[in-house]
Amino acid sequence: MSQSEKDEILHDHNHDGIDRRGFLKCMAWAGTGALCVMQGGVLKSYSMSRANEWNAAKMAGELSFAQISDSHMGFNKAANPDVAATLKAAVDKINALSVQPEFLLHTGDISHLARPEEFDTVDQILKGAVAKDVFFVPGEHDVIGDEGKQYRDRYGKGAVGEGWYSFEKKGVHFIGLVNVVNLKAGGLGNLGGEQLEWLEADVKHLKASTPIVVFAHIPLWSVYPEWGWGTDDSAQALSYLKKFGSVSVLNGHIHQIMQKVEGNVTFHTAASTAFPQPQPGKADSPGPMKVPAEQLRSLLGITDVNFVRGQHALAIVDSQLG
Amino acid sequence: MRGKFARIGLASVVVALLSMFAAAGRVGGAAAQDKVAATAEVKIDNFSFGPTALTVPVGTTVTWTNRDDIPHTVVSTDGVFKSKALDTDDKFSFVFTKAGTYPYFCSIHPKMTGTVVVQ
Repeated sequence: MSQSEKDEILHDHNHDGIDRRGFLKCMAWAGTGALCVMQGGVLKSYSMSRANEWNAAKMAGELSFAQISDSHMGFNKAANPDVAATLKAAVDKINALSVQPEFLLHTGDISHLARPEEFDTVDQILKGAVAKDVFFVPGEHDVIGDEGKQYRDRYGKGAVGEGWYSFEKKGVHFIGLVNVVNLKAGGLGNLGGEQLEWLEADVKHLKASTPIVVFAHIPLWSVYPEWGWGTDDSAQALSYLKKFGSVSVLNGHIHQIMQKVEGNVTFHTAASTAFPQPQPGKADSPGPMKVPAEQLRSLLGITDVNFVRGQHALAIVDSQLG
Repeated sequence: MRGKFARIGLASVVVALLSMFAAAGRVGGAAAQDKVAATAEVKIDNFSFGPTALTVPVGTTVTWTNRDDIPHTVVSTDGVFKSKALDTDDKFSFVFTKAGTYPYFCSIHPKMTGTVVVQ
């Protein structure tokens, strides 16, 4: 197998489920990063280590946005004593892109302990982004102690219920979901009946050809339920999206890059801007992974997403901070 | 006049207090020791409560200590007790004054569950 083949992950459109082996195959580490292009339901993923071979024209689109995740402002342990610096580095990297993304998506765990000063610091750093609009969804760390009241006061204007919402950008329908409140003992992430009803109504009027981007903190697919890396009622949410030809699901939470395709849906998790977490089952717990300082930035990252009109494809580029 | 009364009053209180201390010293020692001993610890390590199931006598103070690099909470499934976010090395204590079974979990990592049985 050539290096080029090794770096390219091809998923079959008809691949319905995913076994453990297939799942591991679908994993790409932030350290190697990945560019993903979805065309006609088939996802191609290219390693960022080969970015110099990319065809820039092919990657250009009418809409691009950058995803950042899990900034965990306030975390100060050995795995990364300066999470503000790495978030700043992520913003610098986005600002350096040749085509500026229209907006940023933050897929949660903005703060580490939901302290006001942690949110303030993130807001201040994100003001340094050229792209002025930032769309958020909460992570479980953002709702500690008050089930998300402070989060909604800060970021939930115009949102519904616990903070979910949708918006349109250039023909793409974006849906921000909340799956970190009212969690049940022994359970996983949770969307809840009220949000599911809202989602069903939200997409009902849309044409099947509308590209859909769903973003939420905890993965909406079963990455590793043993570590709580999944959402109990995500299958019902996805059932409302079956009619659409192109659905992309962006999540954070697991601090590493993974992707898979299931029918019309591409699932993608982003790296953290703060600290990496171990591969599923490869450690005693999903706690922060301590890596040598010189390696840290290669395991943190941002995700740049391009939407190409007409092809209904989303190209997802993961780049490391180092 | 008023001052004299006050002095007498104060003296009476001092005598009464001394008598109480003396009594405690003679007969209260063993009972007091039992009460002091009624504590138990739960450690949070690697996203789990240890011990997962803890059995204690009524009146026990249970103290949870988070030894992970990630914050956790200790929340009673039935709403009996609820900690704030426990950062690394933070502690939360609760006194169990009634017999019963108390299931609890970490509200931000709900896969983490434990039980305190009080009897």
